[in-house]
Amino acid sequence: MKPAPFDYHRPETATEAVGLLAELGDEAKVLAGGQSLIPMLALRLTAFGHLVDVGRVDGLRGIERRNGGLWIGAGTTAATVERSADVAAALPLLARATPFVGHFQIRNRGTVGGSLAHADPAAEYPAVALALDADLEALSPRGTRCIPAGAFFTGLWGTALEPDELLTGVTFPAWSGRCGFAVEEVARRHGDFAIAGAAVAVELGGDDAVRRCGIGLIGLGSTPVRAGRAEAAATGATVGDVDADEVGRLAVADLDAVPSDLHGSAAYRTRVGAVTVARAWSAAVEEARGG
Amino acid sequence: MADVDVRMTVNGLPREARVEPRLTLADFLRDRCHLTGTHLGCEHGVCGACTVLLDGAAVRACLVFAVQADGAEVTTIEGLGPADGGLSAVQRAFRDCHGLQCGFCTPGFVVSVTAFLRDNPDPTDEEIRHGLAGNLCRCTGYQGILAAARQAAGSGAE
Repeated sequence: MKPAPFDYHRPETATEAVGLLAELGDEAKVLAGGQSLIPMLALRLTAFGHLVDVGRVDGLRGIERRNGGLWIGAGTTAATVERSADVAAALPLLARATPFVGHFQIRNRGTVGGSLAHADPAAEYPAVALALDADLEALSPRGTRCIPAGAFFTGLWGTALEPDELLTGVTFPAWSGRCGFAVEEVARRHGDFAIAGAAVAVELGGDDAVRRCGIGLIGLGSTPVRAGRAEAAATGATVGDVDADEVGRLAVADLDAVPSDLHGSAAYRTRVGAVTVARAWSAAVEEARGG
Repeated sequence: MADVDVRMTVNGLPREARVEPRLTLADFLRDRCHLTGTHLGCEHGVCGACTVLLDGAAVRACLVFAVQADGAEVTTIEGLGPADGGLSAVQRAFRDCHGLQCGFCTPGFVVSVTAFLRDNPDPTDEEIRHGLAGNLCRCTGYQGILAAARQAAGSGAE
């Protein structure tokens, strides 16, 4: 057995789960699908005295139409998202990002909420949540609060969640109109963590102006990041005048914490990142123009 | 640290034990059920050698604690073939196509391919490659494995 010993708790309701989190404090960690947490425990990168398994908590799974978007329960697996006709219809960006999430065996266990709460900068779902301005819903003994994706990711594997808060669901707005969506990644092997990548959403007006756009970057910081400067430069411009390579260049221009490891130096990842943004931008624009 | 009682059905037989919560499903199967066909390579979710079916879904048994599988139905490599001890269609295809060299990774590949073909019975080569991507073969005998998956798909494998 590789992980350090821990006590195991399996609450049946979300209220019971947050009660345990409040009682156990910093010693407790939420266990969802475990596809990120268990490797970290096995490698002893981290250890907790208590794991609170929310895998059987009622009400944490499901996909529902809500407020012009889709609410996805935090405990919903990536495999369920992958098979969902509602996600394919309403959230093409999420649908297209999902096959990049690990391998199918990982997607059978790994959850949407787990990926967001783990907040790995190289993960796909945080980038999609940022690009689409998703709202994350957190429960604590004090009640429920809503955290915009833009305020959720605070540092390496760090989020705005308090120790006694449980991520219960996330609402992704469905973009309608002349929209296009694309995810581009470069990885050594399909399903591995990306060396760099991007998730892009674009909406065009009838006059071909960029009405809004969202660019989430994958693997290009210490935290999931959004390419705000590139988005600002493109928004309002006539789409035919927007140079995709320039969008890519602007998207990586302000990055200051690009990881560097044996899979690629920071400089290499930055260049690959710019290329993936440019490709995703072009693909999303093409789809929006055709639609 | 309190031990926990777990019960599950493994290859059709009921199993129960009192375990430490940190015991993985893979170690439970190997050490408690003595089903050593489930192999452990990396033990942190990279290699896929420990792949089993958990309520029908292919998962890495090193990334599931046994306590999480309480009440579940588990199928290991030992449970894939017919009851008479013969080979499943996927296992036959691996033998026919020389889809193994040292054999260490083979249980994980066979379980993964079995689940993949069940959900995707008529895959393209590209889809097979993606389906195999979660398992590592350190002998790098991937062409034989790809051929085995292709043959098993053609035979309407279970």
